[in-house]
Amino acid sequence: MTSSTLQEGTSLRQKLALRGIDGVTLLVLPSVLFVLAIFIYPFIYGLLLSFAPIREGGMFANYITFFSDPYLYNTIAATLRLAVPVTLLSVAAAVPVAMRVRLVRRQRLLTTLLVLPITLGTVLVAQGMLNYLGPQGWFSRSLMLLHVISSPLKLTNNYWGVFLSLIITVFPFTFLLTLSYVTGIDPGLEKAAATHGASAWQRFRHVMLPLLVPGLAIAFCLTFVQAFAVFPSAVLLGAPSGPTRVISIAAAQAAFEQYDFTMASAIAMIMGVVQLCIVLIVLVVRNLFYRGATSGGKG
Amino acid sequence: MQLASMPFNEIRLDRMSRSFGALNALRDISLSIRKGEFIALLGPSGCGKSTALNCIAGLLSTTGGGIYIDDKRIDQFKPEDRGFGMVFQNYALFPHMSVRKNIGFGLKMRSRPKAEIDTKVDEALALVRLQGQAEKLPGQLSGGQQQRVAIARAIVIEPPLVLMDEPLSNLDAKLRLEMRAEIRRIHNQMKATTIYVTHDQDEALSLADRIVVLRDGAIRQVGTPHELYERPAHLDVAEFMGFRNRFTGKVVSRQGERATVSAGSFSVSGTVAEDLQPGASAVLAVRPDDVTLSGDTPGGVSVTVEAIEYRGREYVGIARTPDGVEIIFHADNAAAPGSTVSLSIDPARALVFSA
Repeated sequence: MTSSTLQEGTSLRQKLALRGIDGVTLLVLPSVLFVLAIFIYPFIYGLLLSFAPIREGGMFANYITFFSDPYLYNTIAATLRLAVPVTLLSVAAAVPVAMRVRLVRRQRLLTTLLVLPITLGTVLVAQGMLNYLGPQGWFSRSLMLLHVISSPLKLTNNYWGVFLSLIITVFPFTFLLTLSYVTGIDPGLEKAAATHGASAWQRFRHVMLPLLVPGLAIAFCLTFVQAFAVFPSAVLLGAPSGPTRVISIAAAQAAFEQYDFTMASAIAMIMGVVQLCIVLIVLVVRNLFYRGATSGGKG
Repeated sequence: MQLASMPFNEIRLDRMSRSFGALNALRDISLSIRKGEFIALLGPSGCGKSTALNCIAGLLSTTGGGIYIDDKRIDQFKPEDRGFGMVFQNYALFPHMSVRKNIGFGLKMRSRPKAEIDTKVDEALALVRLQGQAEKLPGQLSGGQQQRVAIARAIVIEPPLVLMDEPLSNLDAKLRLEMRAEIRRIHNQMKATTIYVTHDQDEALSLADRIVVLRDGAIRQVGTPHELYERPAHLDVAEFMGFRNRFTGKVVSRQGERATVSAGSFSVSGTVAEDLQPGASAVLAVRPDDVTLSGDTPGGVSVTVEAIEYRGREYVGIARTPDGVEIIFHADNAAAPGSTVSLSIDPARALVFSA
């Protein structure tokens, strides 16, 4: 009796072990609980909240309001106008920088310098840029001193202020991701291309770029999601009621000025759907490219 | 500027050198390579053979000397302007391109017309016997097939020089023999001037028209496989050529080419490879094949057998002299381990070097 129970116990444990489940698997529990409590529950709560409007008009009232009020639905376009160019520029600039940095011997020092803006946080960067690029900032003053311009450049409280600060906060992240993809490509492939007659541009165009596309697509998605959620710099450096009235500002106003949390939740959901659409499009395009190994054989 | 297909007579290295800081990885490498010749650069790891190949390819810049095609100096050219073909140790095939695209890469970079690329790639595919695999990706091929693609990619551009960097070292033993024969066959057919880097003397001996033995970044000896196999000029070259038995001692007598070396309790005769007079310290080196059980013949070296291995057609034994010198020998029949036997060394095939 005892021995047969033991036998069954062992076999259950063996069955679980075959699926890769054993005592160590329990270590995943804290993170599962964390994700449930901090991400899944608030998400579902917000989703349900968005369908329980405080205004009249049934469960879709918040969504109907959003898409019938240009002051609200135009925020999608305003955010995309910022996030898409910023992401494209970051990825495009990160590739040549990463291609060069991978050959540098003091790579860690350079990388640390480039990563510094991440640690400062968006608010500090926005504040610093406000001082630097503002009408009385060093930038315009220096240019005026050199007689390059006669009146201060308008680089704050408009689209370009937000654009520049977004680039600064987002680029290091894009760069680090891109660097890891670039260094992941077997350097032997470039040597092989060079000995077989490919110029530097041809090596990039025919060997590096096709192998980088899948990585760059991921870098694009992650950068885009960051840029799309722009908030502090759009308020501090932008024109938060004009061209840089981004979707997160609309959500914040709904929540903290109108105290309509259901509307804010609906806007947050719309924001999520827009991000998801862009990411899906990029991933579909990525699937059209080669996605296998980036080394040229055994090695 | 393309050098491919251009007529030439020889490729010449003139005191080519490369140093990394204080380290001289290559010192004054001078060598003339005739058109169509197959040269093997042979040496132990760290001898500079891959450095030499990378300098010739242009992947590393030289720090002294020159590289010439006839009278045209090319060592300042970028790798893409030299027009050479190169086969890499780890193949370095473009993983995102089909076999056909990989092979046609060099022609495409040279902006040749599509029809010409197709014809030449088909010819190259036939040459390396991969006609059926043209549309596959390199990842779908076996190691041997990948290396064939790499070879086809290098020779399809009809380069004045094909460089091969230990192309067989990632293959298993059986495949390595097959590919070795394949490289020989392709060379016989194409007559492409080739520099082949290897640390395997069997590969060098079986493939090359001439072998260049490198050591510590300098040329030790240049010669045909036969010359190197029969008459290595230095002890370290001899070691590379399979002279595994070495006896250190003093020259006790010399008559013409023949010298007798006394090594402790026994003395052996051999042929002098370097100028040595009686009294000089010397090393006598001999291959295990040239050490045999002497049976009743007098004048053998008396040894105790330590181990014996069956190798099919013959036995290979390890024995030790009373002073502890190890001797590897070949025998037609098994000698019992622990027994005392007498070994004879063929003086015509033993070489005496200065110690």
